[in-house]
Amino acid sequence: MSADLGEHGTTAEGGAPSEGNAAGAVRAVRDAADPAPGQAGPPLPDGATAREHRTPAGGAPAMVDVRSVHKSFGAHEVLRGIDLRVRAGEVAVVLGPSGSGKSTLLRTINHLEKVDSGRISVDGALVGYRRCGDRLYELREREILKQRTRIGFVFQNFHLFPHLTVLDNIVEAPVSALKRPRRQAVAAAERLLARVGLADRAASYPRQLSGGQQQRVAIARALALEPKLLLFDEPTSALDPELVGEVLDVIKDLAHQGTTMIVVTHEIGFAREVADTVVFMDDGRIVEQGSPAEVLDRPRHDRTRAFLSKVL
Amino acid sequence: MSSSTLTPSTPPTEQDRPSAPAPRIVPRRRPGQWAAAVVLLVLLALAIRSVLRNRAFQWDVVAHYFTSTAVLRGLGLTLWLTAVVMALGFALGALLAAMRLSGNPVLRAVSWGYVWLFRSVPILVQLLFWFNIGALYPQILGVRTVNLLGPVTVAVVGLTLHEAAYAAEVVRGGILSVDRGQIEAAQALGLGRWRRSRRIVAPQAMRAIVPPAGNMLIGTLKGTSIVSVIAVQDLLYSAQLVYHRTYQVIPLLMVATLWYVAVTSVLGVGQHYVERHFARGSERR
Repeated sequence: MSADLGEHGTTAEGGAPSEGNAAGAVRAVRDAADPAPGQAGPPLPDGATAREHRTPAGGAPAMVDVRSVHKSFGAHEVLRGIDLRVRAGEVAVVLGPSGSGKSTLLRTINHLEKVDSGRISVDGALVGYRRCGDRLYELREREILKQRTRIGFVFQNFHLFPHLTVLDNIVEAPVSALKRPRRQAVAAAERLLARVGLADRAASYPRQLSGGQQQRVAIARALALEPKLLLFDEPTSALDPELVGEVLDVIKDLAHQGTTMIVVTHEIGFAREVADTVVFMDDGRIVEQGSPAEVLDRPRHDRTRAFLSKVL
Repeated sequence: MSSSTLTPSTPPTEQDRPSAPAPRIVPRRRPGQWAAAVVLLVLLALAIRSVLRNRAFQWDVVAHYFTSTAVLRGLGLTLWLTAVVMALGFALGALLAAMRLSGNPVLRAVSWGYVWLFRSVPILVQLLFWFNIGALYPQILGVRTVNLLGPVTVAVVGLTLHEAAYAAEVVRGGILSVDRGQIEAAQALGLGRWRRSRRIVAPQAMRAIVPPAGNMLIGTLKGTSIVSVIAVQDLLYSAQLVYHRTYQVIPLLMVATLWYVAVTSVLGVGQHYVERHFARGSERR
């Protein structure tokens, strides 16, 4: 998986033929088909259907497959047809202004938010629904919860359980959702705490930790389920500037180990360093996506340029 | 020109020298506070003196009946009734709160209606109603209602149904006080509904539930005295039975009062420890 990552990384930096890169990267497959203005993206020679059957360059199947997802809150359409694919072992960074639908998209991927139309698969399994003929039946809660144990989610505001110690925060899900023996879960939790550099804080309560430490515990808590996919929803936005680095370091470390992840963030430097693919969203649509070099240094779209000029 | 005024042109004064000791801070004097405290303490002393010196209180009679069998039995019933009503009331209240917060509109409406009805009717009216339920249903399941529902049972039923309406709101408030993100985090970790409620929501809701529940507990303790109207021999009614016989009204009311105060004080201490238990993790140190 890491070899695959490296190969992809080289392609991206070397600015290799866009076709191979496009196939390997996350790609808005509906871009070409979508008639909406400002939805140009890189022109695709082949249609959406053709692309669906194409195997990505590295041969890895799509870990995340989002197809024409729409979502409205009341009259406000937050997601207006999102198509996104993330391969196993890939790091996708989603950028975009507030209210562009980034977080909502992330939340639909583990069914914290239900979609109005479209479908999402993670590791080949439809998220939240069961297909029967031309209908999608929503799964029972128990089945959805089981799916979620394979998808780690890290929140902007950590959402650690304040009445439980750091260790109990991490042990809770493996014991109650995966039915692991407590002794085994505790041993795993201690290893995870060491990995995020907090081995000595197991007995602390979350409020006794700094924001950066809390977020690292939250990451360890998500990792305790050994998820196949990690979703980060602005993991550093609630942190004081001097604490951002320690959290990003943990995420970078995970990226280098080949964890598949989608990171919604405003940290452009992080995107440039870690992302295999940068996705720029605006107004509920994916405006463009590609390697960091393509999107961050040579953005094709005016809105991407306008956004980058403000945040860089 | 103006810049010259900004730079210190004068040599440092005596106080500004680093060698001089830092000036001591003297708090503002508050003579009014002292005067108010003295006046209040004098008034309090006068009040206590008048109580102790007034022979009509008959403190010897109070002491005599304070631990008499009849009074202690009444106290026992009051405590039992309080415990049972609180336990059943909060159990029913928690159920009503869960119904009110459910996605099912019928459950929500029924829960709302229950709270509306039982909070609207005075508890005295409710007790008298249940006491006379036999007039509406002379027989329940083939048994005469009067035999089925004795005064104590009526007291438990009436007080519990009333208590539950208030408990429902207290529990609902507690659940609503828990950050929505906590539930989402638990969902994202794949915790089941029951586990989420019991392990994540309930312990955090308790912080908001305990203070008003403590209020209700003390209110119920004293509120049970209302069952004297249906001849249940609680603490107050036991005292009344004595003074109906001996005409020592004030001393026996003092007996009941002192017991209520004593038990309330103990409960207050207990509440402190319960609150401390549920506050774990809330301190930054």
